[in-house]
Amino acid sequence: MSLALHVKDLKKSFGGIAVTQNVSLEVAPGERRLIIGPNGAGKTTLFAQITGDLKPDSGSVSIFGKEVIQLPVHARAHMGMSRTYQIITLFKKDTLAHNVVLSLLGIHQRKRNLFNPLLSNDVLYDQAIEFLDSVGLKNQAFRNVSEISYGEQRRVEIALALAQNPKLLLLDEPLAGLSQDERVMVSDLINNISREVAIVMIEHDMEMALAFAEKILVLQYGKVIVDGDRDSVVNDPKTQEVYLGH
Amino acid sequence: MMKQSLIYVGLILVLMILPIFFGEYYVNLGSQIMIAAIFAASLNLLVGYGGLTSLGHATYLGLSAYASAWLFSRYGMSHAYTAPIALIFTTFVGAIFGWISLRASGLSFLMLTLALSQIIWGIGYRWVDLTNGDNGISGLTRPTPFGINLENSNNFYWFCLLITILCLFFIARVVNSPFGASLKGTRDQDKRMSALGYNVWKIRWITFVLASFFGAVSGLLYIYLNKYIHPSVISITSSAEALLCVIAGGAGTLAGPILGSILIVLLKNYVSGFVERWNMLLGIIFLFIVIFMPAGMGPGFSQIKKRWFGGKP
Repeated sequence: MSLALHVKDLKKSFGGIAVTQNVSLEVAPGERRLIIGPNGAGKTTLFAQITGDLKPDSGSVSIFGKEVIQLPVHARAHMGMSRTYQIITLFKKDTLAHNVVLSLLGIHQRKRNLFNPLLSNDVLYDQAIEFLDSVGLKNQAFRNVSEISYGEQRRVEIALALAQNPKLLLLDEPLAGLSQDERVMVSDLINNISREVAIVMIEHDMEMALAFAEKILVLQYGKVIVDGDRDSVVNDPKTQEVYLGH
Repeated sequence: MMKQSLIYVGLILVLMILPIFFGEYYVNLGSQIMIAAIFAASLNLLVGYGGLTSLGHATYLGLSAYASAWLFSRYGMSHAYTAPIALIFTTFVGAIFGWISLRASGLSFLMLTLALSQIIWGIGYRWVDLTNGDNGISGLTRPTPFGINLENSNNFYWFCLLITILCLFFIARVVNSPFGASLKGTRDQDKRMSALGYNVWKIRWITFVLASFFGAVSGLLYIYLNKYIHPSVISITSSAEALLCVIAGGAGTLAGPILGSILIVLLKNYVSGFVERWNMLLGIIFLFIVIFMPAGMGPGFSQIKKRWFGGKP
């Protein structure tokens, strides 16, 4: 079976600054992978190159065995890849349900429909409410995103990603800015995601992240410092030096 | 839902019987408002729903009006041919101009639409052999669909009303469709929309083409009403006026462009008869709207209604 995600020799620099230097990464289907590294290590930049927001200078990215480097962002979403954002990126003026409906529509033929109204009793809304239920926000389904708390918005981010029924999920700091209670809630949510979904996560909360990870990639200055099983990476002196030692 | 349909039907009935009570001048004013409303509503697709501020939309009104006038005056073609040719030609130009303009977004998009429309305006003014330049094209007629004489101002009003209802109905359907939802999504979060699997560029381009088509429809009605066209119709002033209609009325709302058109056509045609400096008055009113109803008259009025009478806005 082909890898869920295969990044090979990825290179990217902005002017003279190399933000990604020969990064390679293999993620098997269903794997739980953690990417860590100090601020500015190039973690989010790596994500951007996987999703297609940023074009690498060289190297390759394949998703489920298919080379995607030439494909635009929207085409990659149709291959079973979803993501969440470090900085919350939701449709603030719309209801939670509508946010999830937009996610459902994104990979649905009906988005091409120009003429039939999309009403709030549509079957898509029923599905959206189910996904909101799975992140514990069913009761808020028809409130606007701007009215709910930051922690709840984080959960909507995850609901949007899950609504596309992904096989590969990229989570960019899903716990950033959350209170302790909220962290527990969102961690549980992530831990309960089906094992058929490969998850690649960037996270600074070590307690949660280490419990989650099977394999870890440590980045620093755009370079892979350590890559391997959780325990071997955690015990590696280089990891201690660049990250955990601080 | 039921109540809303009843209101619409009632409104249409009222609009239908209006010409019976008013003189020709006011009936023509009504037609002008409707033409401006279709034009503003088409621009609203881009500006209000797509977040793409265009400063060259008069191109599409002007091109279809010019095409219709030119084919008639040069080749004596009948309206049955000029109308579809003008619509197809203008929409086609819209498809190309959209393709060029949408290389950029934001301010650069605005500049590109402006630049392209200035080219068309330049042709209108300077390519005298083709467009008759500053003299414009005159001596035109109105069509006679199914033998109905549109030279009669009441008949023309009803014809405009029918076309306006059809256009606004289609625009409303598009806005409320899944496509419309995606369009609004690209306005609010274009990056996220790409990540969700939407082809943002294509959504915007289709909207641009639709906007130029409905702009072309208003251009046909414009040339039928005036039976004359002058290059000032495709000038930046004309584009800006449409943008003013949209913003003053309420961008991204269905009623907005209609309200804006009523305001601006009335000021321009009616009030200017009494107040010489009507542009100054327009400025003051616009200032008032921007300060007290920043979202435009449509949302502004419903908020006032809510504050004074309670209930849902």
